[in-house]
Amino acid sequence: MIGFLARRLVSVLVTLALASVVVFTVLEVLPGDPAQMALGTEAQEDTLAALRREMGLDRPVLERYLGWIGGLLVLDFGRSLTYGVPVVSLVADRIQVTAPLAGLAMLMSVVIAVPLGIFAARNHQRVGDYGVMGFAQVGIAIPSFWFGIILILLFAVWLGWFQAGGFTPWREDPVAALKSLFLPSLALALTEAAILARVTRAAVLDTLREDWVRTARAKGVSENGILYGHVLRNALIPVLTIGGLIFAFLLAGALVIENVFYLPGIGRLVYQGVTQRDVVVVKNVVLLVSAMVVTVNFLVDVLYALVDPRPKARA
Amino acid sequence: MTISRILRHPSFLIGALITATVLVMAAVAFVWTPFPPGQVRIIARFRPPSGINWLGTDHFGRDIFSMIMVGAQNSLSVGAVAVGIGMAIGVPIGLIAALKRGWTDDVVSRFSDLVFAFPAILSALLITAWLGPGAVNAILAIAIFNVAVFARVTRGAALQVLGREFVRAALAMGRGPLSTLLVHVLPNVAGTLIVQATVSFATAILAEAALSYLGLGVQPPNPSWGRMLADAQNHMFNRPWLAVVPGLAIAVTVLGLNLLGDGMRDLLDPRMRERRGD
Repeated sequence: MIGFLARRLVSVLVTLALASVVVFTVLEVLPGDPAQMALGTEAQEDTLAALRREMGLDRPVLERYLGWIGGLLVLDFGRSLTYGVPVVSLVADRIQVTAPLAGLAMLMSVVIAVPLGIFAARNHQRVGDYGVMGFAQVGIAIPSFWFGIILILLFAVWLGWFQAGGFTPWREDPVAALKSLFLPSLALALTEAAILARVTRAAVLDTLREDWVRTARAKGVSENGILYGHVLRNALIPVLTIGGLIFAFLLAGALVIENVFYLPGIGRLVYQGVTQRDVVVVKNVVLLVSAMVVTVNFLVDVLYALVDPRPKARA
Repeated sequence: MTISRILRHPSFLIGALITATVLVMAAVAFVWTPFPPGQVRIIARFRPPSGINWLGTDHFGRDIFSMIMVGAQNSLSVGAVAVGIGMAIGVPIGLIAALKRGWTDDVVSRFSDLVFAFPAILSALLITAWLGPGAVNAILAIAIFNVAVFARVTRGAALQVLGREFVRAALAMGRGPLSTLLVHVLPNVAGTLIVQATVSFATAILAEAALSYLGLGVQPPNPSWGRMLADAQNHMFNRPWLAVVPGLAIAVTVLGLNLLGDGMRDLLDPRMRERRGD
């Protein structure tokens, strides 16, 4: 168990180190001159020289890379070229949108998917089952950003229940803040709920076929007792694994959805960083998002190992 | 696999029908569209659907149906090239990793971990920051992701085949490793790869649409479904129908490919169907 976790931790650290090398190489080594990239081809030579000094581009590549990593370790992400403020404060600001957005979407997809999956499994190969599977097929096919636009049309433009976009800060009005995250979360949750409903259904069906379920039935345990007392607890293990992976997808999806709803989150920050050629923001935020993806996957592995001892023998 | 079994499989049939329709629409667009897709006619802007403009016109007076037809070409070609590159590089890598094991396998696994640390949208943003927006860069981002997907899927499937007796017998009888891979392993993993290609194709179309929506994919005036949705969002309050058609085009195409992939998986491996309990 400890050995398995230690090996996984080492591989996570190696992946993160490689990711930082890739990000640094793509943004600071391959373009030749990041200052030119930031200012464009029309820039004056003295402006360029000043920015090169500010970005430390007069130093050797390895020194710059190590300086960047050293800064990251003490939460010094450098200063944004467009906003003129420390990137760490931008991130701290924006994460207050993206984290609740992804969390709410996760919650919604579980609340929608698990009951649907159980319902489908209980009605195996009947109308209810086909209905849920049809919903899942359609849910997976619909692009989340289009679903977001449709939700804006329905609930903001026609019914007027929600605003079409934008975000009310938490400290101004927590209820309004939550309300401005509702439609974006729902848009993000649809695809993931569809995937999760399929996984839940398959897991419940698999567990219902186990020998001990037959034994429980033979002993006269009611169908509800079997399902909620025994089956669900076992069936939720694969659901948990996929649920964790889905969190990584939600983070990636948030990059697009935040642009649909004009939410000032991490996704919009990195997107604007790209369009405004703010190398410092892009470099740090891209690495941060990939670090979140890798960390969530690692935590899922840890949780999985704790809940289900079986895979450890294989690992 | 008999013809009658294929014909009795509804999801395969519906998927094949949808996919074929989209393919035909894209092919016809090479020789004919109702209007030139880029033709701007400000006088005819925001026309609702009619006998002349079947799906209406956009804010430049361009014919939406013609743009959807050419958009299909762009979506399908970006998806096909990205998945093609993914297979061309990923499959050999996966086969070699499965055969060699040891450090080769470790390097391939590390590479996949690294790629999966960057969701396709994120690597597309990174590539755009470096090279600027464009269809080629979108293809590059989606292709890199698919290289890792195919390397991993091929490796897993090939490991199973390599453990089987007939392959071990072939190796013991002196057949070379490369020839064993080509003659015995590849044909036995081909089914898995075809199914994966269909699913990856659908995912690639979704990714391309998202990137074009953000302005990082196919560039105007070349029409793309994602770009059409971004434009439609600006006029959503007065002209809501503009936001419906391109999204439907994406969803129906992806649905068709996913149904086709599911159907093929069932038909190629009936045991899988039993295990999934469908």
